[in-house]
Amino acid sequence: MFLLDIKDLTLRFGGIVPVNKVSFGIEEGSIESLIGPNGAGKTSLFNCLTGFYKAQEGDILFQGQSVMKLKPHKITELGMARTFQNLRLFKNLTVMENIMSGMHCRASAGLAGAVFRPPSQRAEEKRIKEVAIECMDFVGILDKKNMIAKNLPYGDQRRVEWARALATQPKLLLLDEPAAGLNYDEKMQLVELIKRIRDELKITVFLIEHDMGLVMKVSEKIFVIDYGMKIAEGTAQEVQNNPRVIEAYLGKEEDKAV
Amino acid sequence: MKENQVGVQTADTQTAAKKVNTLVQITDRLYELFDNIKIRFSVLAVALAVLLYLPMRSSMYFMEVMTNVWFYVVMCLGLNIIVGFAGLLSLGYAAFFAVGAYTTGILILKYGMSFWLTLPISALMAVLAGLAIGTPTLKLRSDYLAIVTLGFGEMTRLAARNMAITGRATGLVGISRPYFFGLHLYKINHYYYAFLALAILSIFVSYRLMDSRLGRAWKCIREDEDAAEAMGINVVAIRLYAFVLGSVFGALAGSFMAVKMTAISPDSFLFTQSVNILLAVVLGGMGKIPGVILGAFVMVIFPEVFRGIGQYRMLIFGLVLLILMIYRPQGLWPDRSGTISSKVKDKTCKDEVI
Amino acid sequence: MSFQEIFIQQVVNGLLLGSFYGLVALGYSMVYGIVKLLNFAHADVYMVGGFCSLTLLTLFKDTFLGNSWTGIVVSMLITMVIVGLLGVVIERIAYKPLREAPRLSLLITALGVSMILYNSVMVVTGGEYRAYKTGLGFQGISIGSVFVTHTQIILTVAAVALMLVLHLFITKTMYGKAMRAISMDLDCCRLMGVNCNKIIALTFFVGTALAASAGTMAGVYYGSLHFFMGFVIGIKAFTAAVIGGIGIIPGAMLGGLLLGLLESFGTQIPFIGSEWKDVFSFSILIIILIFKPTGLLGKKESERM
Repeated sequence: MFLLDIKDLTLRFGGIVPVNKVSFGIEEGSIESLIGPNGAGKTSLFNCLTGFYKAQEGDILFQGQSVMKLKPHKITELGMARTFQNLRLFKNLTVMENIMSGMHCRASAGLAGAVFRPPSQRAEEKRIKEVAIECMDFVGILDKKNMIAKNLPYGDQRRVEWARALATQPKLLLLDEPAAGLNYDEKMQLVELIKRIRDELKITVFLIEHDMGLVMKVSEKIFVIDYGMKIAEGTAQEVQNNPRVIEAYLGKEEDKAV
Repeated sequence: MKENQVGVQTADTQTAAKKVNTLVQITDRLYELFDNIKIRFSVLAVALAVLLYLPMRSSMYFMEVMTNVWFYVVMCLGLNIIVGFAGLLSLGYAAFFAVGAYTTGILILKYGMSFWLTLPISALMAVLAGLAIGTPTLKLRSDYLAIVTLGFGEMTRLAARNMAITGRATGLVGISRPYFFGLHLYKINHYYYAFLALAILSIFVSYRLMDSRLGRAWKCIREDEDAAEAMGINVVAIRLYAFVLGSVFGALAGSFMAVKMTAISPDSFLFTQSVNILLAVVLGGMGKIPGVILGAFVMVIFPEVFRGIGQYRMLIFGLVLLILMIYRPQGLWPDRSGTISSKVKDKTCKDEVI
Repeated sequence: MSFQEIFIQQVVNGLLLGSFYGLVALGYSMVYGIVKLLNFAHADVYMVGGFCSLTLLTLFKDTFLGNSWTGIVVSMLITMVIVGLLGVVIERIAYKPLREAPRLSLLITALGVSMILYNSVMVVTGGEYRAYKTGLGFQGISIGSVFVTHTQIILTVAAVALMLVLHLFITKTMYGKAMRAISMDLDCCRLMGVNCNKIIALTFFVGTALAASAGTMAGVYYGSLHFFMGFVIGIKAFTAAVIGGIGIIPGAMLGGLLLGLLESFGTQIPFIGSEWKDVFSFSILIIILIFKPTGLLGKKESERM
């Protein structure tokens, strides 16, 4: 059984169909990628998976359970975490607060807990902080934990986003163009990080990426979509040699002159 | 492959840190001093002693003003939960105050209930009012909420004006004053202490809320709703929480006000009242508890000191609001220089990165 | 009065009321569409428009323009220009510096501007009602027992005409096109060489001028002005804008007319009565927000992540 199983997923906005009958599955414990030319519907697909868009047809099964109708926060609670293409940090909060927000769905203290601070709440707060520190340590931003997120350099802001997603303690991590805006060294670190996330934390990783080098390096399996439809899937080698993929990226012979 | 390039930015960050100006340094020093638990406790103990002793020495007029200050502190802290913590603009806060005041007034006058028993009912009514106003707007952008609360505030007043049970335009008169363990609360000093206690309770609850799972969730929603949702925060529920809690603060303040004044009328809940409370919160600094308290002080004491301004008062307030937002949106109370603890200050990076 | 006559009378009342709401709603909608700001000050601009035209009319009193429709039209046009410019000034001073600021700051600023406007007028007028003397009579046409004054007819026609002019302006001119483009993507328009500041200023000018015209008409119709008169109509016009779908120009007109009709019929329902009129229209806002928050003509919003 797949960890995440997408069946004939279709999303419509009026006359536009950003996601058209897409089906594929993601194996537990793997690192897989979704690629496709600009505007192919990658982020729309991501938004469907995480509940931000409601697809009209098809089904999304996460650990065998349909998440089609669930709200984004419920999906996160089930164990699917995401990052955003354009950074969406809590800009005016500290790095620590940013990461702690990820633990929200793993804790339960409410109003009474906040006001009276019973031992259970104190223990919970302690655990939240521990997890947050672990996550920051894991991505290498522990030394910046008290800084305001917006004051960090871009690369570090990306790390905060990853750490924040990790703090939700997911089973599946969806990364939306994690390498965008990173320099070569940072990208190489990202490759290592993605592998460590899978190997050390046992989290399945699914990413959208434009940087082919990076995709080819980390992914065990690649899915290619174009115009909302899946056109290929397979290993890096297979996808690279697939004529439909080449066509999608480079165009047909006669278009090339342009 | 090069690894561990994390430390690269320290060079330019150190030069940036030197630019921190002296004012910020002073406030940071004060913050640091206050972080010391002994100093904090002694400062607070002295302050409390002064506040408790105040009625022994002061004139009735001064006590009246100070009571009003505490009353404002409670209301402002309530609104601060909605506006400051959760970032939702509410322009009808006086309505919650009205809900509390009328609930207590009606229950005492028409049903002869004890004042203390009306408090939980007043809080419950506030919860219902908060839900009624919060629910339809929750899924919408927060600026809809602003105008809906504005309308709600006005409609509450109109409803109070037109219903028999609220005494129509005259309002309720002759609300009896309560006993507190046999002590008849009728002097201004009694109410000074009552409102001081209520204010201290509000401050305590506000601080506890701010540093809790709920408080952090509010801050996240204020910053970015989508990202908060993606982090597993139930945005709708958490927003509603802020709304309901804020309205309970307002209603309790209203209940106490009803017995202090012994009379309430629809004109106590004008739009300007809601605006005054909002202005106090914005003036002091949204989301900063000491700032909000300061704002409440300023809003009450300023018109007392400058009595001559009369009808220009609201005009000046409008100007203050405008100037504040353009030049000092964070309010009078200084920010901690980026909430950076002193230990990592040398790594400050002030450069804004896209 | 027979049922039919009551019906027609209410339609007439509703249309007039609705065209006022529509005119004010247009400004809300235009500004919201273009800078995503709920301009609280808009309702006060309506009020300022009323007072401005009253002042002009008083000046005209002893000239050939006095006590005539020509005088009212001239004063309304001048008012539209003056108050329109006021709108531009407000935008320039209060909103422009905050274009990149958080939404909450902008809303609070708008509230500040609103307070400044109505309190200034309050100080000037001493908070009193001012009679709006037009010198026009109450002649009209009666069909059966339905009575419609000339004033009502002229005002309704004028309001609808203004809306049509605006509609043509938005759909047929380059400026209109630029406005629509900015409402879609401000940054992109900048890159395309559109002078965004100018267009935003123009939007404020047009929106404010329309509100000012509505203020003038309200003065003519009700015969008196008050510094706080914008408050309630502000909420209602906003309701109208939301009914039609905020940011959508024809939606604001439609919403205005619809709300006007609903309101004038609503007051005919037993137990509601005119003192509950405002509560009634506010309930409509709540109902719309629950069931169709994007409004009648609105499309579903999809934000890019």
